Amino acid sequence: MTPVATRSPNPLHLKERIKIPRQHMPEQPAEERAHNFTEVNLGYSAELARQEALRCLECEKPTCMDKCPVGVKVREFVRLIVAGDFLGAAAKIREDNVLPAITGRVCPQEDHCEGSCKLCKKGESLGIGYLERFVADYEQRMGAISPPTASATGKRVAVVGSGPSGLTVAGDLVQRGHQVRVFEALHELGGVLVYGIPEFRLPKNIVHEQVDQLRAMGVEFETDVVVGKTVTIDELMEEEHYDAVFIGTGAGLPLFMNIPGEHLNGVYSANEFLTRINLMKAYQFPKYDQPMVDLHGKDVAVIGGGNTALDAIRSALRLGARKAYVIYRRSEAEMPARAEEVRHARQEGIEFRMLTSPIEFLSDGKGWLGGLRCMSMQLGEPDASGRRRPVPIPGSEFELPLSVAVIAIGTSANPVIQSTTTGLATDTRGYIQADTLTQRTSRKGVFAGGDIVTGTATVILAMAAGRRSAKSIHEYLSTGLW
Amino acid sequence: MFRIANAEFIAPGIKRFEIEAPRIARKHQAGQFVILRLHERGERIPITIENSNPACGTISIVVQLVGKTTRQLNLLNAGDSILDVVGPLGKPSEIALFGSVVVVGGGVGVAMAYPTATALKRAGNRVISIIGARNRGSVILEREMRQVSDELMITTDDGSYAEKGLVTDKLQELLDNHTHIDLVLAVGPIPMMRAVAELTRKDHIRTIVSLNPIMIDGTGMCGGCRVLVDGRSQFACVDGPEFDGHLVDFAVLTQRNSTYRDAEKRSMEEFQHELEPVAAGIPDDAGCAQGGRR
Repeated sequence: MTPVATRSPNPLHLKERIKIPRQHMPEQPAEERAHNFTEVNLGYSAELARQEALRCLECEKPTCMDKCPVGVKVREFVRLIVAGDFLGAAAKIREDNVLPAITGRVCPQEDHCEGSCKLCKKGESLGIGYLERFVADYEQRMGAISPPTASATGKRVAVVGSGPSGLTVAGDLVQRGHQVRVFEALHELGGVLVYGIPEFRLPKNIVHEQVDQLRAMGVEFETDVVVGKTVTIDELMEEEHYDAVFIGTGAGLPLFMNIPGEHLNGVYSANEFLTRINLMKAYQFPKYDQPMVDLHGKDVAVIGGGNTALDAIRSALRLGARKAYVIYRRSEAEMPARAEEVRHARQEGIEFRMLTSPIEFLSDGKGWLGGLRCMSMQLGEPDASGRRRPVPIPGSEFELPLSVAVIAIGTSANPVIQSTTTGLATDTRGYIQADTLTQRTSRKGVFAGGDIVTGTATVILAMAAGRRSAKSIHEYLSTGLW
Repeated sequence: MFRIANAEFIAPGIKRFEIEAPRIARKHQAGQFVILRLHERGERIPITIENSNPACGTISIVVQLVGKTTRQLNLLNAGDSILDVVGPLGKPSEIALFGSVVVVGGGVGVAMAYPTATALKRAGNRVISIIGARNRGSVILEREMRQVSDELMITTDDGSYAEKGLVTDKLQELLDNHTHIDLVLAVGPIPMMRAVAELTRKDHIRTIVSLNPIMIDGTGMCGGCRVLVDGRSQFACVDGPEFDGHLVDFAVLTQRNSTYRDAEKRSMEEFQHELEPVAAGIPDDAGCAQGGRR
């Protein structure tokens, strides 16, 4: 018997484990959910969770944990599920991840833990994301228990932005006994988790619960503060006496395509489209005051192939769009979106127009969008991103009738903080320069992480940067060494 | 929550609020704006800061009734609170010694021009102000503008006060008289700003306009406020709100501002159904916009 087996509560032999199929996540039926904003995935029951957990091979060298950007101890928490200790499993995750109910829903597990799972060779990987979500939700239902916090150090940390990186930094530092205050520009806490990711993929009450838990741990929050405008980093440090500042302001200004017709009514950035729907609840207009263009019976397209693009077009479908297209200039293999979202979108009736690139937004003659002129593409040699470069096919132009188009091709750096903070170095694209290990910026006491450093990435990578920052900030506050 | 320290109608349908917002008061510079949200179901709307008092920790805004949100706002009084006020947003006005400056304010735009006129005067400029309103009752901030202007001209659409005509008539007079002008600042309804820019174009007089596109977050994140300036997309919230009037595509601005016209109308109608008629200071025709932010 190996040491692993002796500690394992799993009664099954490895051969038996392999035979268990991956437990399907119960979902709202596609035809129903295409018309509502209720969450698509319904969550495992305790029985399903245990059954799935039994599949874990409990590898002696768990690659899943190595591949997790925040290093969640997958094998250990899965064992606790097998043992029926769900709260223990939640606590185990929380040692490395302060937002498990969120990552359990939106993390691209296939790129990290699940992608490296040994079960992949025999069939489907362990449903690590589903299990994480299950224990996080279970913990929330039972009344989450805050992890113990160290005694107060008397050090004060300002966190700029309440998105995934900021919340992670705040949670990690408050546990180490530091006083943490989070500044948020919008009126709600959560950053992209509340303005960007729709309700049907990440219910807002989940985000609120996670924020409330941080508040219960002692994190202070101040909304309606645009750092760089309402108060500068220099002022936070010199006048409000913060010992360290973490900048996690996230993805910045939406990129447009710079093609004709982009100013027509009905052409949106994904950020605006999703902010209206998610943050401002415009889909409940006029119960909520922020208006939204009426999508009923209209043809809508999103341009782009990432998660944001799919969030936008699936929202459009739920708001009554007749046709809902994803227009992407490469092929499906290059799409950056999570595999599960692509599958869900397709089930719901989203039409994918791959290898298609827009060249002009066409007017309906009254100032509104009437159509999109596109070109077909083919894949050429790999470009700087390593993906095959799309090349236009001559003479392939065609027009697609459309009423609303949403541009989801990425963002560029928001310059507000960089331009108002002395001694803060940026790269050529305007993103804040930070050490990849310590997340230190060029300015003493100032750390940065997440999309404002790397450009558009994922929730889990922002959280990983948050973890590294918290560790590094703690070291700096403890030693005073820079 | 941001407490309203003072609130008073300064003209029919136009109300001035003094709001406790110490952080914003401390940082405000002329030309900047705030975004506010009244309540949990409210929309976010941008409004220019009219004045600030860092010592008292207050800012003031002047709000004209144009839709549901401004109507709800104008129902609030001293002691009430606004759920969210964020700012100061946008780039401040460029303040320098230009020489002779003409400040043109139309309707509630006068309240937005006022802080910049004040700063320009303080910087040593000769300030000629032209303010316009529909009628006698709608003329706002006359005393304040007079204090910061070397010369003040007033026009009303119906001639019920001062001179009958448009602000552009007065600007045309100045141009006809070969008055030396180094800079023109125009704040008001889009047609007014467009007309001012057209008048000054042929003499190449630098003309700054303050734009009022649809906006949500005000920090550059959503891109809803994009305006076409010199053929390029600019975000009014972070690149503006002030731009070179000779380079602004006003037709695109007008068209984009009409995006939610039907929705806004519906919102207002449903709200009016819910509401008992409110007497104080709201005239029958208050529903039509005279420009400026909402």
